[in-house]
Amino acid sequence: MNTITENPTYKLELASSPHVHSRWNTKQAMWMVVFALIPSLISAVIFFGFYQLIVVGVSLFFCIATEYAIKRIRKRKPTLMDGSAVITGLLLGLILPPNFNLAFTALGAIFAISIGKEVFGGLGYNIFNPALVGRAFLQAAFPVPMTTWQQPNFASLDSVSSATPLSAFKFDKVFADLSNLFIGNIGGSIGETSSLAILIGGLFIIFAGIANWRVPLAMTLGVLIFGGIFWLIDPMTYPNPLFHLFAGGFLFGALFMATDWVSSPYTVKGMWIFGLGTALIIVMIRLFGGLPEGVMYAILFMNAFVPLINRYTRPKVFGAEK
Amino acid sequence: MSKNVSAVKDFTKGLWEQNAVFKQVLGMCPTLAVTVSAINGIAMALATTFVLVFSSMIISLIRKLIPTQVRIASYILIIATFVTIVDLVMKALFPELSKALGPYIPLIVVNCLILGRQEAFSSKNGVFRSVLDALGMGAGFLLALFMLGGVREILGSRTLLGFQVLPNLYEPWLVMILPAGAFLTLGLLMAYFNNREINKKTKQREAILQKHLSSKQSPAVEGGEA
Repeated sequence: MNTITENPTYKLELASSPHVHSRWNTKQAMWMVVFALIPSLISAVIFFGFYQLIVVGVSLFFCIATEYAIKRIRKRKPTLMDGSAVITGLLLGLILPPNFNLAFTALGAIFAISIGKEVFGGLGYNIFNPALVGRAFLQAAFPVPMTTWQQPNFASLDSVSSATPLSAFKFDKVFADLSNLFIGNIGGSIGETSSLAILIGGLFIIFAGIANWRVPLAMTLGVLIFGGIFWLIDPMTYPNPLFHLFAGGFLFGALFMATDWVSSPYTVKGMWIFGLGTALIIVMIRLFGGLPEGVMYAILFMNAFVPLINRYTRPKVFGAEK
Repeated sequence: MSKNVSAVKDFTKGLWEQNAVFKQVLGMCPTLAVTVSAINGIAMALATTFVLVFSSMIISLIRKLIPTQVRIASYILIIATFVTIVDLVMKALFPELSKALGPYIPLIVVNCLILGRQEAFSSKNGVFRSVLDALGMGAGFLLALFMLGGVREILGSRTLLGFQVLPNLYEPWLVMILPAGAFLTLGLLMAYFNNREINKKTKQREAILQKHLSSKQSPAVEGGEA
């Protein structure tokens, strides 16, 4: 981000630490993430129809408009082109239920950018992932529309209908078929159902070096370990750990939400703590909580701990005494 | 408080300048818990004001009799007496309101707004000024709680004081009548008022600076002429 070249006329831009060395600058990276979300958008259209693009579009439009309006009101330099509002808009749109009310979508988008991000000072200062803040607000404000799920267009007769696999598990003790879970032929949020599409986009940003691989890996291992322990204790009551992996918003959250640069730790040890902690909370909410899904609250909860984690996992300065 | 502060000031400072909720951030428990509707906020504030005025009066009257070492315990005893009166009266006359406010009426005893005024004001000032101060603080509390309760009621159940103010088209935000809505509303209101105040202060400072600069310039010009 800050490059001082040998050319003395090069403009020195100051930014606060941590200074992460990266192949990409913020702008490029943000647009790569947008690119990586395209498979999920395609899966949304395939499983839930073209209307979902309108939902995502409304979310996108209101995120960008809110960002622009707030920068204008605060008389700051417009930062639209860094793409962060675009990502928040896309992510928020993709984690809403299919055919979600457009007015509510707009409200969630405005809330995500204004309260989730700009209140803290804009990009780089937000404690919580803005898209998840928007969704949490919608969940609290409109609980009924937020839990009304549409079954995918290709649902065969034997698949779970009108409920997500997680709520079917939670309330009816029905386990969904893993192959349907993987492809995404299940009820769920617009862009969260197809594990395949998410993996394509997610692995792309990991191999491009944009998202750090440690957090998703720690979360996956954590869910396999914590979910596995309960599965081994009683395979009849607790689901297979693979179910945890492919159901609900886990992969989407692990690859696109928890890897958010701003709201996740920047120390290596901290990333592992963050990932494992999130996984533990997800498993606990899914198995013992009142809600069927806990990825959103788990990530938001661990976001709150990030400053603390960063503080305690700060690498020791070489040669310094303890 | 120095003696040359006017009696009017004793009353008005509680309204805004030292507003219990927005400026001193006191009494947060009732502020956040009961303001799901404007009427609840008003009832809570009136109950608190009653207790505040009468305990201020009594404590100010006997302020020279209370030994310093046990003053807090004595204040609590006096406050608790009036809280019991309020609690019983509300139960008898407004049973529904009393039910809605629940344990927060007895909890007025430990409201730090009330104890704070005794400690900071009525234990050091005469009866008249203490009552004025209590009335001002109570009015400020009423203002704040009405604002919070009003905003939450309009957004959370599209009514104000029981009358529908928003059309049916508007879907109420459930979050506003949940605890999260209280924190959100309070935080945003505070941010708004603080921002306004900061802007005002900056403008004042700039005006003073301008004056200072122009007054500095003009003698220099005169001196040059001479």
